[in-house]
Amino acid sequence: MTLTVTDLSVARGGLPVLEGVSFNLRPGSALILRGPNGIGKTTLLRTLAGLQPPLAGRVEGAEEQVAYAAHSDGLKPTLTVAENLTFWASVFGQNGIDAALDAFDLQALRDRAAGALSAGQKRRLGLSRMLVTGRPVWIMDEPTVSLDTAAVAMFANAVRAHLGQGGSALIATHIDLGLEAEVLDAGLFKAKPPALDDFDGGFL
Amino acid sequence: MIALLFRDLKLALRAGGGFGLGLAFFLIVTVMVPFSVGPQSELLARIAPGVLWLGALLACLLSLDRLLALDWEDGSLDLLATAPLPLEGTVTIKALAHWITTGLPLVLAAPVLGVLLNLPVQGFLWLLVSLLLGTPALSVIGTFGAALTVGLKRGGLLLSLLVMPLYVPTLIFGAEVARRGAEGLAVQTPLLLLAGISAASIALLPFASAAVLRVNLR
Repeated sequence: MTLTVTDLSVARGGLPVLEGVSFNLRPGSALILRGPNGIGKTTLLRTLAGLQPPLAGRVEGAEEQVAYAAHSDGLKPTLTVAENLTFWASVFGQNGIDAALDAFDLQALRDRAAGALSAGQKRRLGLSRMLVTGRPVWIMDEPTVSLDTAAVAMFANAVRAHLGQGGSALIATHIDLGLEAEVLDAGLFKAKPPALDDFDGGFL
Repeated sequence: MIALLFRDLKLALRAGGGFGLGLAFFLIVTVMVPFSVGPQSELLARIAPGVLWLGALLACLLSLDRLLALDWEDGSLDLLATAPLPLEGTVTIKALAHWITTGLPLVLAAPVLGVLLNLPVQGFLWLLVSLLLGTPALSVIGTFGAALTVGLKRGGLLLSLLVMPLYVPTLIFGAEVARRGAEGLAVQTPLLLLAGISAASIALLPFASAAVLRVNLR
């Protein structure tokens, strides 16, 4: 399923941040989203994930297809690694978490409480959640934060395997993952400052 | 959905989950009332249904601010909103889990605590029935309040203020059933109204909760 974005405008806190964003994300391909801090990458990704409505434009092929990984991993500190992952697998109607644990080298930690993991291990657990969703389009926001070099390689391998199975990925990141991917620079779509509305102009 | 219910129950029972908070508060309130009112068993018997209902309501209120806020803070609410579960289903399950961990223990503890307040014998059945019918409404209305205040830091105060007036009808009719039951009067009218409030809240409020949650997640 191709994710098609046409002339999309997104807003944060009522102010438009990006406008005229258009791209296609075909099965088997990845798209890297770059741009300076505050340009609206997260806002764009949240809109594509369906967490907020777009200001204008269309998103096609995202409904029930997207797995979203945000800045925070949504882990419960009192549940074990396996319990956290099993929960997300059953929410998405999948079963079997071993492949996901293997992909991010978490088997040895499976009975450890998630609250006792290091930051990098938590992130690996958060990323392994993508593997148990069974969704074809991965939308990821800064997935490599707090990962070491080995874990970044693990992540890149997981994305490559996902693309190989006909999935696709949209990743906002600043580091080079070594993937063959197009780059989308969010800076090119920066919204113009909105014209001041004249509502209280008479008082000024 | 079942997975979400079991996760919430498991979380409530593990360390720091807050299970027993409402129950302990209920226990403290009802144990303290006889001390503050003094040794007048007729007066205690008269106010027992109202005190038990008020205690249960406040105990319920105490645990509301954790209901959605914890999932909001660690990001699972965003992830749940992108999951295949409809948000209406998610908030219903959350309310159900809240009722099982808070409301149900209160219902079961109330007859025991009724003894401390010298509740007349014929009142026990109707106290139990009124709490069993009324506490689900408290959980569902509370979930709506929690959804309204989910993005706010320390939203507990605002949550209590918002939810209190919505709790009043349930309190009036619930306590009225328990009072009439204790005095041996007919309970049918307040009982039906209480059941109506619960049924309407359970049927309608999950849609409102999901709608405000969608707005708050933006």
